[in-house]
Amino acid sequence: MANVMDYIRQDKLPHIWCAGCGDGTIAGAMIRAIDACGLDKNNTALITGIGCSARFNNIMDFHTFQTAHGRALSYATGFKMMKPEMDVLVATGDGDGAGIGGNHLIHTARRNIDITVVMINNQIYGMTGGQYSPMTPYPSLASTAQYSTFEYPFDVCELVKASGATYVARSTTYHINLTQKLIENAIRHKGFSFVEVISQCPTNFGKRNKMGSPYDMLMMQKEMAVTVQQAQSMSEEELKGKVLIGELVNRTDRKPFDEVYYEMVQKALKKKGAEGR
Amino acid sequence: MKKEFRLLVQEAWCKGCGICVGFCPQKVLGIAVNGKLSVNHPELCIGCGQCQLRCPDFAIKVEEVKK
Amino acid sequence: MSNSTVRFMQGNEALVEGAIVAGARFFAGYPITPASEITEGMSARLPLVGGVFLQMEDEIASMGAAIGASMAGGKCLTATSGPGFSLKQEGIGIASMMEIPVVIVDVMRGGPASGMSTLPSQMDVMQARWGCHGDHPIIVLSPATVTECYELTIKAFNLSELIRQPVILLSDAIVGHLRERIELPDPSTVKIINRKMTDKPPEEYAPFAAGEDAVPFFAERGTAYRYHMCSNVHTEQGFPADTNNEVAAKLITRLHRKLENYADEITCYQFFGPKDYDVLIVSYGCVTRAAKDAEKVLNEEGKATAVLQLQSLWPFPRAIVADYAARAGKVLMPEINLGQLIDQVRLATDRPVEGLNRCDGAEITPRQIIEKVREM
Repeated sequence: MANVMDYIRQDKLPHIWCAGCGDGTIAGAMIRAIDACGLDKNNTALITGIGCSARFNNIMDFHTFQTAHGRALSYATGFKMMKPEMDVLVATGDGDGAGIGGNHLIHTARRNIDITVVMINNQIYGMTGGQYSPMTPYPSLASTAQYSTFEYPFDVCELVKASGATYVARSTTYHINLTQKLIENAIRHKGFSFVEVISQCPTNFGKRNKMGSPYDMLMMQKEMAVTVQQAQSMSEEELKGKVLIGELVNRTDRKPFDEVYYEMVQKALKKKGAEGR
Repeated sequence: MKKEFRLLVQEAWCKGCGICVGFCPQKVLGIAVNGKLSVNHPELCIGCGQCQLRCPDFAIKVEEVKK
Repeated sequence: MSNSTVRFMQGNEALVEGAIVAGARFFAGYPITPASEITEGMSARLPLVGGVFLQMEDEIASMGAAIGASMAGGKCLTATSGPGFSLKQEGIGIASMMEIPVVIVDVMRGGPASGMSTLPSQMDVMQARWGCHGDHPIIVLSPATVTECYELTIKAFNLSELIRQPVILLSDAIVGHLRERIELPDPSTVKIINRKMTDKPPEEYAPFAAGEDAVPFFAERGTAYRYHMCSNVHTEQGFPADTNNEVAAKLITRLHRKLENYADEITCYQFFGPKDYDVLIVSYGCVTRAAKDAEKVLNEEGKATAVLQLQSLWPFPRAIVADYAARAGKVLMPEINLGQLIDQVRLATDRPVEGLNRCDGAEITPRQIIEKVREM
């Protein structure tokens, strides 16, 4: 197994996340996946936005940039196109990625740019104190939903799938080995790859919704998750209230964005060359 | 021969969330009065690594004791 | 022997040529009138010079992509007009705080809101200075001719790289769309400045440790120089220190000191008219064209008039304005807005300063200026 500490800025520990937060566990899985794929630290960039998920790259020893709320994918798109030889990953959250950054998410998926996105879905705006997010389950309590939420959440995997993403997967913090495996597959995938990891926010979601200890919250993830394989033999009734985990999309019919771009460049050079310019 | 394991704990990083305690199949671990992880029964550890895998704080490492 | 070429070009087209010569190899934009010719021009030019052109999903994303590409080491441009400029403010603040070079063009149109998309204005002058939140430094240059569109774009890139600072090029619908003669110099004769690179080994490198000029050093990406950059108040190592008063004060004052240190390089203006004058017209952008015409007529009439054209608007060249205004009896400040930069002129001089303003989407004409000066 990878020595996770080889990829951690140890002077940044203890990290700022609350006790029992899933972020650290997912960060560990992400590091093991990066190690398994053999990525070179010097050639890897990890870009984030704002929120708890944005702190992923404080503790990870890569080329790391913490940018603006929801915009990590825009910055990553520019970065990747300028340095296509580098491996670029983005860590985002449900608020950062599906809320304020939702437009960037669908368009980055559409372009099929070779970036790996890990979305930590803790179902709440944790950093700011527990306001409901576009992925808070209905109905729930939140600091801005004192009586109940009154909006339906996104299925973000369906959203990026419909946007043309060529690799989409979902897991949970409980299923941490699956999470690692899916992130590994996502990194190896050529094109836009997206892994949603359902995580626990004991401080700002669990407590308010009486979900018990961090351990109890992990057990709830275990209960609600059904693998893609299991789901095939389950009825619609049985699948009610369940969350599908595993590989949801893995297609190779679309070329990565940089490849398509440089094909266009070749056309341009040929055309202008023929015109004598 | 039965393998022996050692648990290395970075107490400064531990936040006492109790996830490792919940997942330990041998009840090796507990939370001490200072709110941090305590290794109560190291002799019972079977080296499954669940605590290290799931610890959100990178605070536990499981090592086999080489004899 | 000079290898310059004479062309007949639009301001927006000249701006594209300037960007390419300056070394811009990345552009991200979003369609908007009256800046689209820049986006279209970059889409035609960049693929031919090994660059990257992206049309993004919105103005915010195009600003973000340009900053991201500059973080990767490229020279980056984005272009927009008022409504888009509002959306880009977030990124301008980020680039300022994270000290990422990037050039932002705002081809001003009539506002507020969707305003008058095809008609000119100078209504974004204060937004260019204070559009994004927080105490951030900013450099703003403003062209009045097609030639200046070319030259000031190159200057914008050079300043941006030199000072590690976003630079705004404040053009307008008149200057952007008009066509006139331009003499493009041999690109090899144009002075190009690149960001300074660190000479420290990776283990000693700190991304925000500044040199004597208060500007930090850049390090090549994809190398052993792995480091963190964040948009919070941060340490020299780039990590958040957003509850540390001392770090905050040191960082934010240094950001401003960079511009003070390079004030001479930033400040640019032109003077037209006789040595002795009674009325000084202070102008910028397209209004300069009318002011210069008026100046000729007025001097022929015997009304001693001069024009001070400000090419750098922010930091406001107060000393220059003070100096030229001191030699005049009165100052006139024509602007296609209801009076935005005039207060800066008033702060710079004790001479009486009058405004000449309109906000109907039309240009200020030489006749208007002549009539106004005759009354003064």
